Amino acid sequence: MTGVGGQGTLLASRVLGEAALAAGFTPLLSETHGMAQRGGVVTSTVILGDLKSPIISPGEADLVLAFEALEALRALEYCHARTLMLANTAVIPPYPVAVGQVSYPEVSAMLAVVARQVGGLLAFDAGALAREAGSPLAVNMVLLGALAATDTLPVSAADLQQVIRDKTNPRFVNANLSAFEMGAAAAREPAHWLRRPAA
Amino acid sequence: MSELLTGQPGERRLFLGNEAIARGALEAGVALAACYPGTPSSEIGDRLYEVSRTGRLVFEYSTNEKVALEVAAGASAAGWRALASMKHVGVNVAADALMTLAYVGVKGGLVLVSADDPSLFSSQNEQDNRLYARFAGIPMLEPESPQEAKDMTLAAFVLSEELGLPVMLRTTTRVNHTRGVVTLGELASPPPPGRFLKDPFSLVMVPAVARQAHARLLVKLEQARARAEASPFNRLEGTGPLGVVASGVAAAYVADALLELGLKDKVTFLRLGFTHPLPEELIARFLSRVERVLVVEELEPYLEDSLKAIAQCRGLTLPIRGKGAGLFSRLYEFHPALVRRVLADVCQVDYGAPAPLPPAAELLGRPLPERPPILCPGCPHRAMYYAVKIALRDLGVEGIFPTDIGCYTLGLLPPLAMADYLICMGSSITTACGLSRASGQKVVAFIGDSTFFHGGLPGLANAVHNRHDLLLVILDNGTTAMTGHQPHPGVTLTPPDYPGQPVDLAAVVRALGVEQFWRVNPLKYKDTLAATKEAVQKDGVRVLLAQAPCPLYVARLKGKRPTARFQITGECGECRHCLDYLGCPAMHVREGEGRRQLLIDPELCAGCAFCVQLCDHIRPVKAK
Ligand SMILES: Cc1ncc(C[n+]2csc(CCOP(=O)(O)OP(=O)(O)O)c2C)c(N)n1
Ligand code: SF4
Repeated sequence: MTGVGGQGTLLASRVLGEAALAAGFTPLLSETHGMAQRGGVVTSTVILGDLKSPIISPGEADLVLAFEALEALRALEYCHARTLMLANTAVIPPYPVAVGQVSYPEVSAMLAVVARQVGGLLAFDAGALAREAGSPLAVNMVLLGALAATDTLPVSAADLQQVIRDKTNPRFVNANLSAFEMGAAAAREPAHWLRRPAA
Repeated sequence: MSELLTGQPGERRLFLGNEAIARGALEAGVALAACYPGTPSSEIGDRLYEVSRTGRLVFEYSTNEKVALEVAAGASAAGWRALASMKHVGVNVAADALMTLAYVGVKGGLVLVSADDPSLFSSQNEQDNRLYARFAGIPMLEPESPQEAKDMTLAAFVLSEELGLPVMLRTTTRVNHTRGVVTLGELASPPPPGRFLKDPFSLVMVPAVARQAHARLLVKLEQARARAEASPFNRLEGTGPLGVVASGVAAAYVADALLELGLKDKVTFLRLGFTHPLPEELIARFLSRVERVLVVEELEPYLEDSLKAIAQCRGLTLPIRGKGAGLFSRLYEFHPALVRRVLADVCQVDYGAPAPLPPAAELLGRPLPERPPILCPGCPHRAMYYAVKIALRDLGVEGIFPTDIGCYTLGLLPPLAMADYLICMGSSITTACGLSRASGQKVVAFIGDSTFFHGGLPGLANAVHNRHDLLLVILDNGTTAMTGHQPHPGVTLTPPDYPGQPVDLAAVVRALGVEQFWRVNPLKYKDTLAATKEAVQKDGVRVLLAQAPCPLYVARLKGKRPTARFQITGECGECRHCLDYLGCPAMHVREGEGRRQLLIDPELCAGCAFCVQLCDHIRPVKAK
């Protein structure tokens, strides 16, 4: 899971990890703390299956949740030809872009590049759905909902929702759960699949 | 209640490595913990602080790492189990105490957690602190996972007490910041009060006593070696003519690689977790069983050099390869594929990696914009840097900026570009002394409040005493922001019911003999600029104390964001002054219709009201 400091990638990986634990797996997560959280790239990884290595090497992620459009493209480094990527198309301009030193690449061009390389790409504006659900910070929940709907993991939507109820801030549980639902609905929208994974 | 205190023995929980260490300490009945924060160690202290509010242990955020280790040493001398945790470079600060504490020995178990940072995710170097265990002569355990981190913490307390030596738990970022499944053990009950028993002729390190103590240390180390031979943390797995040795997270990469390459039963794998003193007999047995050896360890060739020495002593001439042979690097952390590739090469099996994708920049036909970390919107450090920049520009003076470590080090990046020289915590003041004396140039040094108490006090006393010439700007945001907002002696922003007694930073500065002193709120531009200009033009030691709380922490403590918002009214964007001098991430330009428009993002604006003081185009608006 990769995004920008403050987007809640750590919480998303934690929720997935707790749900996997509840489902009887032995998950391993790695997290970025420290300096990068001040607006830099924040990446966390989740490993299911009985491995001992806590991190994922370049080219070896089977599933990528990208919380921002440019970071989706940057995450290509971690993908292989069968990777499934779920990407938020919303843009958070990095500082050099914001001040006009460099331009931000066209979102559609970036997604087209990703779609040509990976095994599957689901892309939609998760930021808009999070706002609609009542919490602009719930992009992580939208993406988890979409992930559950793709049915790629041995962790069910119900497991994930239970962890959201138990472990996320009580003030935002309802918004989080509706964000999760909206993400699931977005994954069922054929137009959002820029590339369908081979069966 | 702290999550660390919940759950039944036998329950499986998902813990960060640092939480596992804290839990292990609680299962060991730790009575006192002292730490100075630093990535990747900080969560150990932060979790134990939360637990300490229940009265189960005594916890303190110490002024620096030397203080933390010495406080722990005192508690241990009175019979308590004590823990000191710090990042790797913190052990440098504590090293003076550590080297002789090994002579003095301990009574209650004392565990020193050293959190190393291969790849320098948040550090000024990537030194390998395993060398400290050998240097000081203390036992060392190296976990590879959160579960092992908990088990080893518990074992380290027992070992420390049995041997009468401090024990180092040496972790790396990939253990500290991995979240993994940990099986809970029994929590120990809170300890009874300790009692110190006098024994000056073994506890007071004057030369005559220390000579004996050194000899005693060597005896204890031999006892420790016997324990390493029998330790369940050191184990031989599999059989085969190739021997592989690994410790820490590298052992996890080896285990996975052997599995994935189908080599599990074809290789003799020696996993070492108790890595100082090394189990020489076990290693000799291993060496005699294999034809050649591959050593897999991050950073320095600590195991590799030791194995070569052991082989030499036993007259063994088999090849022992690792960093010496260039198979692995002394730089940066490893990752699973890197270890798998070397193992596949050495064993001449198919590596079986998926074909790499072309680089994203190549596919897109242009570089990807970088995303550097940056000072938050509303950060008072930015405002202070701005005032210094403008003051020097107006006075036509070039400034040299020795800086220090904290959020404010992000001022290195353009457009602020307010950092010229940095070694380690506290070095701003002292290097400023040498720089100004040697160059005669105008030197303005920057230091944060936590760093000032940590390592700045001796330097400032030195500057006054030796009549140096510098302007020191103390960036006092009331907290240790960079590492997660921990308190420090001069703290003004504290977590709820924090028991520490605040020390008045301004009074300390004055008491150190500083006569030329200014105090400003950097978010008040006019006053700050005037004071800065005055201070820059004087000679001798001058201190400008810039006080304004860290807004990120204020928002977190209050649970809400500030409400005032600012907008740009009318056409604006051609002068670029704010972009070129201020660099607030809430400001951005939109290009269009042949001109640029500057905008403030209402979601990002922190309402600090600094920019309105600089530009007539910026006006307050009502928040929604
Ligand atoms: C010897 C040592 N200990 C700890 C650290 C980790 N560390 C980096 S900056 C910092 C303190 C920052 O606090 P402060 O000086 O108040 O600046 P702020 O981040 O609040 O701006 C710490 C503890 C370090 N780099 N070196
Ligand atoms: S955390 Fe506080 S001190 Fe650090 S950059 Fe943000 S506002 Fe500034």
